[in-house]
Amino acid sequence: MVGRIIGDIFLIIGGIFIFLASLGLLRMPDVYNRMQTSTKAVTLGAMSSILGVGIIHPAWLLKCILIMLFILFTNPVSAHAIGRAAYKSGVKLWKGSVCDKYGEHLEDKNE
Amino acid sequence: MKSVSRYLYTVIMFFVVWVALTGTLRWDELITGAAVSIILALFTFHIFTTEGLKNLTPKRVICGIVYFFPYLIWEMIKANLDVAYRVIHPKRPINPGIVKVKTRMKSDLGKTLVANSITLTPGTFTIDVIGDEMFIHWINVKSQDVEEASKMIPGVFEKCLMKFMD
Repeated sequence: MVGRIIGDIFLIIGGIFIFLASLGLLRMPDVYNRMQTSTKAVTLGAMSSILGVGIIHPAWLLKCILIMLFILFTNPVSAHAIGRAAYKSGVKLWKGSVCDKYGEHLEDKNE
Repeated sequence: MKSVSRYLYTVIMFFVVWVALTGTLRWDELITGAAVSIILALFTFHIFTTEGLKNLTPKRVICGIVYFFPYLIWEMIKANLDVAYRVIHPKRPINPGIVKVKTRMKSDLGKTLVANSITLTPGTFTIDVIGDEMFIHWINVKSQDVEEASKMIPGVFEKCLMKFMD
């Protein structure tokens, strides 16, 4: 019974974080800021939900922890790949951005 | 010698994943798992790891689990509260930009860990890694200077990782 309640709490926390991530997707101005909100909140949200499932069903706990580790390792890598691909294919930064050292670096290299 | 160590490391990791996924310690499952890992590792060890058994020294494993991992989780929770604040705030207080930082990590594995940790922590997200330079999208730019930004973004993680990685 206690496990059930703790698991439910983790599930709710995960749900809240994923909701915030989707809200961030709508509210942020450009691809890069959207990646910021979605990567972080979804990683923790998904990990929290999976941990909740693992606590409710202790037989699955080991598998759930393994899935959490996979998410933890692969999510940032995919975010990095998407961000880089977006930059390389010419998606501009939001006009309120203060600096763009990456663009300067690429220009230096081309000259 | 180097590739033997890489091969053994791959076999061990595959076997651990197998045991975790099957979730039993029955001997027939274990033998199947061992056979599968030994065969599969033959084809995959050269892309799976570059450092081999060095990754499994007690110092690395213990420091990674006891010291680095809880720290990473704590930073992730802070990152999420920070992002949540920026998303919910009606004025959307962001000040984004891409900054350049330098990392002191030498090995590829170290750089990967630092880059991944940066992506998961408050307001920063790695766009590209070229040599020892990292380009980071920062949601709230506090400093455009390379030295200062290097202290602020990867600094803490590097201190943490340097103790047991390089």
